[in-house]
Amino acid sequence: MSRLNLTIWITFSTIILLLGAVWIWFSITLPGSTTQGSIPAPQQGFLAPDFSLTTFAGDSYTLSELRGKPVLINFWASWCPPCRTEMPAIQRVYDEFQDQGFIVLAVNTTYQDDLGDAITFAQIRKLTFPILLDRDASVANLYDVRSLPTTFFVDPQGIISEVVIGGPMSEALLRIRAEQILEGNP
Amino acid sequence: MFPTLQVGPLALQVPGLVLLAGLWMGLTLSERRARRRGENAGDLYNLVFIALIAGIIGARLSYAITYPSAFAANPLSLLSINPGLFDPFSGILIGISAAVIYIYRKQLPFWSTLDAFTPLFAVLAIAQGIAHFASGSAFGSPTDLPWGIDLWGAVRHPTQIYEILLATIILLAVYLIDKSQLGQTSGFTFLSFIALSAAARLFSEAFRGDSALIGNGFRSAQIISWLMLAACLALLGRRIQQDRSREKTFQRN
Repeated sequence: MSRLNLTIWITFSTIILLLGAVWIWFSITLPGSTTQGSIPAPQQGFLAPDFSLTTFAGDSYTLSELRGKPVLINFWASWCPPCRTEMPAIQRVYDEFQDQGFIVLAVNTTYQDDLGDAITFAQIRKLTFPILLDRDASVANLYDVRSLPTTFFVDPQGIISEVVIGGPMSEALLRIRAEQILEGNP
Repeated sequence: MFPTLQVGPLALQVPGLVLLAGLWMGLTLSERRARRRGENAGDLYNLVFIALIAGIIGARLSYAITYPSAFAANPLSLLSINPGLFDPFSGILIGISAAVIYIYRKQLPFWSTLDAFTPLFAVLAIAQGIAHFASGSAFGSPTDLPWGIDLWGAVRHPTQIYEILLATIILLAVYLIDKSQLGQTSGFTFLSFIALSAAARLFSEAFRGDSALIGNGFRSAQIISWLMLAACLALLGRRIQQDRSREKTFQRN
């Protein structure tokens, strides 16, 4: 080590840093080219894939028609304990922020749930946000849902700002994320 | 991508598991290195434990201070395991501060302690690449190259694989440096690891599809990596100079 000439080291460092600077210059990309906002994919930073589903009552909801409002998409099932645990917190946060345009779409994975149990659960818990029925797993597959619950926070531009896999989510997390996307700071 | 591992009713987060495994394997390597050199391996475990605990508590408290009303309404959320309720930047700062205080109070040699932890850092870098691959984050830009992978609606550079390969090469390089005469200079192994990691990030960032941009399309991670590389090269030069001065003094005596 001691015999390693300092002059050689300085020359070596200078060459490395110059090469690094050239590589940085070579890697310059157009502003916006590394953002994925235009591509639909179930991942943070991408456009939330569009879907249309209906509720128990037959009302239809299409995600793209909610553009301009922050949306929480929660995939759940009535037999899933963490899903059941976090629902009251989602309801309280929805009650608090719905006047400001906050939307909750609770997508019931009906293809692996009992519809009667899901309806009973929603009635007992007095859930007032739309409960959408994914009867053929098309939306769960579109969102690559592998665990329940899985929650997507979508900003008013339709971009997924966060994905939470598993649960139950704490009420503080829900409240903070709702505030953040309403303030346009996801 | 395999972000979760379903074990019965439990959805285990694969990235977290991989990082935990990396922590365990890295600590084992650091411990072996310490024993080989006759250093106290117990200090390494204590230091990691203190830094982790301080970092976790600091990250949560810092987040709670930022959003006091949400936590005041739900105080139990302070104990929530949701990773989204941590402030990682503050956590890292507090963890490092706690580690530095421990090093100072136990009068551990600063650079040699960092050298001792280098195997841990190098293994964690590989684990981070695997964690990125599992979650599908840190993804690449679209490409026509034959080794592109189909991810998030496009064929992309497998940047997570690049990350794993580069981190593996760095682990091997650091092992060789540490074994060589260069590794006898305290701090050289650690600074070499940081310099190589900065160079690797500077290189691989060019293929990322999620780069944060500044100015006229400059990738911010590359700018930070370049500055870190420059600082490490300067510090390495300084270590070389100090080593030479010490050897001259030794020869004179």
